[in-house]
Amino acid sequence: MGFLSNWFKSSESSSDIAKNRLKVAITSDRAICSPELMEQMKNDIIKVISKYVDIDTDGLDIKVTRTELDDDSGTVNAVLASIPIRATKPLRR
Amino acid sequence: MGEVIVITSGKGGVGKTTSTANIGTGLAMLGKKVALIDTDIGLRNLDVVMGLENRIVYNLVDVVENNCRIKQALIKDKRYPNLYLLPSAQTKDKSAVTPEQMKKLTGELRNEFDYILLDCPAGIEQGFKNAIAGADRALVVTTPEVSAVRDADRIIGLLEANEIRRTHLIVNRLRADMVKEGNMMSSDDVVEILAIDLIGIVPDDEHIVISTNNGEPLTGSDCQAGQAYMNICKRVLGEEVPYLDLEVTKTFFQKFAAIFKR
Repeated sequence: MGFLSNWFKSSESSSDIAKNRLKVAITSDRAICSPELMEQMKNDIIKVISKYVDIDTDGLDIKVTRTELDDDSGTVNAVLASIPIRATKPLRR
Repeated sequence: MGEVIVITSGKGGVGKTTSTANIGTGLAMLGKKVALIDTDIGLRNLDVVMGLENRIVYNLVDVVENNCRIKQALIKDKRYPNLYLLPSAQTKDKSAVTPEQMKKLTGELRNEFDYILLDCPAGIEQGFKNAIAGADRALVVTTPEVSAVRDADRIIGLLEANEIRRTHLIVNRLRADMVKEGNMMSSDDVVEILAIDLIGIVPDDEHIVISTNNGEPLTGSDCQAGQAYMNICKRVLGEEVPYLDLEVTKTFFQKFAAIFKR
């Protein structure tokens, strides 16, 4: 029976769904700001970076995550942004 | 000087008390002198899990209020003479103890014991603050469920804010069969989300229920959970131990045979 239901169900398993939902929930839990503020920050970051390079807004990923400090003294919350660049804009002077 | 370890989770019912009992028993089996402290004032449980509920005379609140000496309140385990329990009070509430009193208590126990394990109550209020006050390191227990993992993330953040730097993760009640089907997050998934080091994976094992019924922790016994807990104890001591293969590999014939065994 197991393989039959696997056959017909959508590609995403329930454990993947759980993982993705958790990532989103935890990102906003860790952020000192609300999801709305996160969204605003994201838009502002896009605005600033778009001035210099042409970015792929669909592939954009901005999250708050826990990162080890370089000197091994512990961890801090950090904003991690992955912003794919389509093309660099020619410099205007 | 002994080491003070808090066992915490945020969410209730994920196995803090069971883990405290089993890790404490395992460390005692490995020859360490261990004290277990139940810090869940008003909802004490570690005594019944250890099977020591009939021997309680004094409790944690009696000790901090100086109604008795620490030694009078420590109950010796049934099986291991180097394992002791300081039970919680059942009739008081969390405000009966302060973080400063807990620091003083664990500070005194350090001179007597190799390991002091604190069973933390669920939640992030007073009881949690009391439990972590004197701790050097923490073991965060979670199950591979969204609610438990999310709460564990909060707890990890609070431990960091309180400058407890050594924090390790125990993924409890893992079902390898469900992970394989894609219906349960794997321990790797949980580690990826929480971004802290793993110290143990405990499978969902019916032997745990039986051992709790009997009031005898099962660390070291010949079942998967017993082995998993013993491995955690060795890792707490700094040993490198490979993780158990929890996969239930059954061929078609074995499944067929299992039907007839019932």
